[in-house]
Amino acid sequence: MLRFPRLPAFCLLCLFALLTGFFQSAGAQDFVAVPALTSHVTDQAGMLDEQQRRTLDQVLVDYETRTGSQIAVLLIASTAPEAIEQYGIRVADAWKLGRKGIDDGVILIVAKDNPKALRRLRIEAGRGVQGSLTDAQSKRILEDVIAPHFRQNDYYGGLAAGVSALTSLLDRENLPAAEKKEAAGQYDAAWLEVAVLVVMLAIFFAALLLVRRRSSGRNNLNNLNNNSWGNAAGVIIGSILNEAARSSSGRGGFGGGGDGGFSSGGGGFSGGGGSFDGGGASGDW
Amino acid sequence: MKKWFAWLAIAASVLTLSSCGYNDFQSKDEATKAAWSEVVNQYQRRADLIPNLVNTVKGYASHERETLEAVTRARAAATSFQITPEVLNNPEAFSKFQQVQGELSSALSRLMAVSENYPQLKADTSFRDLQSQLEGTENRITVARQRYIASVQEYNVLARSFPTNITAKIFSYPVKPSFTVENEKAISTAPAVNFGK
Repeated sequence: MLRFPRLPAFCLLCLFALLTGFFQSAGAQDFVAVPALTSHVTDQAGMLDEQQRRTLDQVLVDYETRTGSQIAVLLIASTAPEAIEQYGIRVADAWKLGRKGIDDGVILIVAKDNPKALRRLRIEAGRGVQGSLTDAQSKRILEDVIAPHFRQNDYYGGLAAGVSALTSLLDRENLPAAEKKEAAGQYDAAWLEVAVLVVMLAIFFAALLLVRRRSSGRNNLNNLNNNSWGNAAGVIIGSILNEAARSSSGRGGFGGGGDGGFSSGGGGFSGGGGSFDGGGASGDW
Repeated sequence: MKKWFAWLAIAASVLTLSSCGYNDFQSKDEATKAAWSEVVNQYQRRADLIPNLVNTVKGYASHERETLEAVTRARAAATSFQITPEVLNNPEAFSKFQQVQGELSSALSRLMAVSENYPQLKADTSFRDLQSQLEGTENRITVARQRYIASVQEYNVLARSFPTNITAKIFSYPVKPSFTVENEKAISTAPAVNFGK
């Protein structure tokens, strides 16, 4: 009897929890969304005209094909309520610029209408370029190269100068040369994996058959045991297949992230899987 | 016949172990350790910057002795704190670690505030470089801490929810401590602003 009054209370509590969960998730959406990565220059603040955007984009595309390093420019109106650093690392984590394992991606972010406290300029430097593009160098590019142009409302000039400073610094880094697109290699590896799996399965079945035949030849062991063997085999094979499917689907995702970046000739552009640690600098003009 | 049952038992135990999250514990435990070493790495990076910073500031603002000494002391306390892997599973050691680093953070921010009063110091290029490196490293620390918090959260959810909590009990994977707001008290009390002097 004692339990009954508690039940509605419990239900209410659950409902409350559900609602707060809902509001929390609604609150989380207040942050500025990270734009989809479609080209090297993303202008959401209308700071460049189409011609300028294309020119800058071409410079960065060329740089990527020449060196393999990915540099992107993101122009947005505001990152409020987040500071530009917090927004920047979210962009970096979402875009994953730079080659996987080399981490040679750089993002230049401008939040045009940010209040002073949240900063308006940011360079996110990938882990692999921080040898030459140190925090101090990033700061210098922001304050000595980009800011003077921006103060005179010459956004294109500032960005172009900033990008060329970035590229000349990255050139000093001893990074591996750009790779030619080798999608075939990836498929080879996948096929090898499948082939190994098939061979293993074949051996397993052969062994199974052998055991069965031998046991039935010797004497008719009770069916129960045979069945349990079959079941166990089924379970094991099932789990192997399952595992294989999982790993191959994982690999598929990998391939998309790892190689998609270099097929930028077709017009698509995506990050190569580089990682960022929050290094870089913020500034203002 | 007995052999077959043994095989069956092995197969069954393999399957149940993977289904009750044993392998998940392995990978998530490793993930938290990796995230943790990144945190330690970045704190170390900050500690390495401090001697140069203190020397540069000393050149221009030698009579800010108290602030400079506070930074040096806090750095010594932070670097002398032994960071062993056990820190991760020991909430007390963890909060101690957080405390010493927090003290260094506040000593550093006092130093940076003081340095605002010295135009010549602010114009010094090496000070500017050190300042931006410190700023970048503080941001790296923030990022590393966020990633550590996220990885511990994943791990703790696994360690607490059913049925994987049973696995956690059996193989002793305790809930791990995570970062909290350092100056909780300072934030919760409203600052007193007094204009009438």
